[in-house]
Amino acid sequence: MPLQRSELSQATDEVQEYLWTMNFGPQHPATHTTLRLILKLEGERVVDADCDIGYLHSGFEKLAEHLNYNQYVTITDRMNYVSPMANNVAWHLAVEKLMGLEVPPRCQYLRVIVAELARIADHLVCNAAVGLDTGAFTFFMYAFNPREMIYDIFEALCGARFTNSYTRVGGLMYDASPKAIELIREFLRKMPRALDDMDRLLTRNRVFVDRTKGIGVLTKEEAINRGVTGPIARASGVTRDLRKDEPYLAYSDFDFQVCCAQGGDCYARYLVRMAEMRESLKIIHQAVENLPSGPVHVDVGQRAIIPDKWQVHSTIEGLITHFEIIMQNRGFEVPCEEVYCATESPNGELGFYIVGDGSPYAYRARCRPPSFVHFALFPHLIRGHMLGDVVAVLGSLNIIAAELDR
Amino acid sequence: MTRMTDLPDNVVITKLDALVNWCRKNSLWPMPFATACCGIELMATGASRHDIARFGAEVFRFSPRQCDLMIVAGRVVMKMMPVLQRIWLQMHEPKWCISMGACASTGGVFDTYAVVQGIDRFIPVDMYVPGCPPRPEQLLQAIIDLQEKIQREGSAWGKDVERRPHQPPRALLADPKNPRLLVAGPPIFAQDEAANKWDTGKRGESPDS
Amino acid sequence: MVSSETIQAIQARFPSAEITEFRKQFRVCVPREIVHDVLRFLKDECGFTLIIDITCVDYLYYPKAKDRFGVVYIVGRPENADRLIVKTFVNDPEPTLPTVTDLWEGARWLEREVWDMFGIRFEGHANLRRILLPEDFQDHPLRKDYPLQGRGERHNIPVVTRDMG
Repeated sequence: MPLQRSELSQATDEVQEYLWTMNFGPQHPATHTTLRLILKLEGERVVDADCDIGYLHSGFEKLAEHLNYNQYVTITDRMNYVSPMANNVAWHLAVEKLMGLEVPPRCQYLRVIVAELARIADHLVCNAAVGLDTGAFTFFMYAFNPREMIYDIFEALCGARFTNSYTRVGGLMYDASPKAIELIREFLRKMPRALDDMDRLLTRNRVFVDRTKGIGVLTKEEAINRGVTGPIARASGVTRDLRKDEPYLAYSDFDFQVCCAQGGDCYARYLVRMAEMRESLKIIHQAVENLPSGPVHVDVGQRAIIPDKWQVHSTIEGLITHFEIIMQNRGFEVPCEEVYCATESPNGELGFYIVGDGSPYAYRARCRPPSFVHFALFPHLIRGHMLGDVVAVLGSLNIIAAELDR
Repeated sequence: MTRMTDLPDNVVITKLDALVNWCRKNSLWPMPFATACCGIELMATGASRHDIARFGAEVFRFSPRQCDLMIVAGRVVMKMMPVLQRIWLQMHEPKWCISMGACASTGGVFDTYAVVQGIDRFIPVDMYVPGCPPRPEQLLQAIIDLQEKIQREGSAWGKDVERRPHQPPRALLADPKNPRLLVAGPPIFAQDEAANKWDTGKRGESPDS
Repeated sequence: MVSSETIQAIQARFPSAEITEFRKQFRVCVPREIVHDVLRFLKDECGFTLIIDITCVDYLYYPKAKDRFGVVYIVGRPENADRLIVKTFVNDPEPTLPTVTDLWEGARWLEREVWDMFGIRFEGHANLRRILLPEDFQDHPLRKDYPLQGRGERHNIPVVTRDMG
């Protein structure tokens, strides 16, 4: 079966004002993921681009209708696989909003910590990819080293390196162990230095600045009109950050700043991501030092979380709750309602639109993927630039294919 | 006539096949076909902590013509499968394939309308790595196991060239009898008769005999 | 949280809109004929200049549902986190809606995805073709009458064997 030709590549009889068409992807080192671009080139200048996606469409939203609210968290791990924790938190926040649950403070703080660690991990990969594509291979190695530290923290928290599935409806899989807290403290000590190293290596590097400054400029008006959120919008001067504007979890307790830039080009996006990592470190520091004690689950009486084994064996409430949740025809009590809940994921606004029908399975769970909205920008950003700039723009948009195609 | 024991110490005598296989197994050039989450672990395997270079397989090449090991990392969906097949066919013999992770091997958690339930239904696979995603250590173990397999099998002429006549590159056509099979069509490049005749004959025989 | 003045303004301008609230979120349910006018009003006069999402729900097996497809538009304000959900219903056969790509550039791909997954046609969309699935795919997989494992499309691929290398 041959590759399908897109509409753009079907040459017509009318006069072509460009010289040749180039296929880019779906398997290409600089896409980092599976996406395909069809570039219209005039010499080395890109006249237009057509995006062809869906090379990783695996039916996430269909699967959500067949897995219950706790089971689906394993699938959200694989959605934005660079920062799975942020997806876990976003999914269960939406489910809890639908059910009307409020998680206890310790759980909120731990979720903030893991979400911010995920943000750092994501920005590290994104900036590493920009560096790699513009020729800074050492920077990639520098960025992957702290990621291994984050993996170690996640492994201590929940036993998995990066498909964590850490959250549950109304709580977390486990409470954080002292060992994990110690690892986070160690990370907080080491990370600023690693960030300084990365800064010194690349931020004022002449080659890197020349390849990213003024490339792929997105104005503020265009960013709003095209529905852009997250670091890409903030690099264009949009100040929207859901952590500040709509403080979910415990974000209202922390002192941090929203990082913005004016340029709107690849370099501004790189700078915003570097600055956001430092702000995330500040948040994690405050959260770890002020971590409240207490349970990490909602009360057993609310029938959302499977109780501990000792509760099942020694209390009647625990036994009944366990029975109610495990039985096939019981499960969670979900209203016949619809809710949209969004979080500020590393990539932008990650929202879930959940339709409950009373059963423990979502009737429909739509994921609002930031990568999907951002990739639609690409033809607009690349028009008029050189072929070599394609990789810089792609890298700075941080397209994650599994989130793009779901 | 020189006796074996008369050779100097720094000379090793071995079979040519074993020598070639030894060279091959210690300089695998992987082609990372990284589609999803496993691709990130593949990157971690190549990065500083796990360092795939210890096993001679650090030269990642994204051009299939330069590679002899394809690592399929991540789920492959029906839109991607023809691309995977084309890249596999573009690689030169001898070549091997590692199916990394549960999704590539069996479809994993994605038993949905779009995901291929195991790439081995459509292309040959040498090694399966379980895990969702596998840890870098598991991938390294798979590479070590594959090296053992390479050492055991194959010959200097290729893997099973004895059984199969050398073929010029051919276009792919759908089999008229079974539309799910691809069959080799006419040669892609025009060749003169003598060369074709040589290629269809057994290796080592002259075209006239 | 959208202010009550905005809600009153919408209600006064479009009396046929049903406005409900759930968990501090306002939903505006409008008939399909005026959905474009409502969205234009929200964008131009209420400051909801950010299109967050366009999606669809197939209510085929939903308890007490009257219409088949509910198309959901989520709009927001770029300077804060205010959001409004606008919802409309369309039915078989040939579910169609007017496009909103004239209001927001960002709606292009979102509408293409809804067409791909649910088969809802957006009139006036410049390039309404499949986005995630192959062009020759026959069904719309997120419809409720389409099975999870599909109808055999995932295995309808030719096989490559070792002899072909």
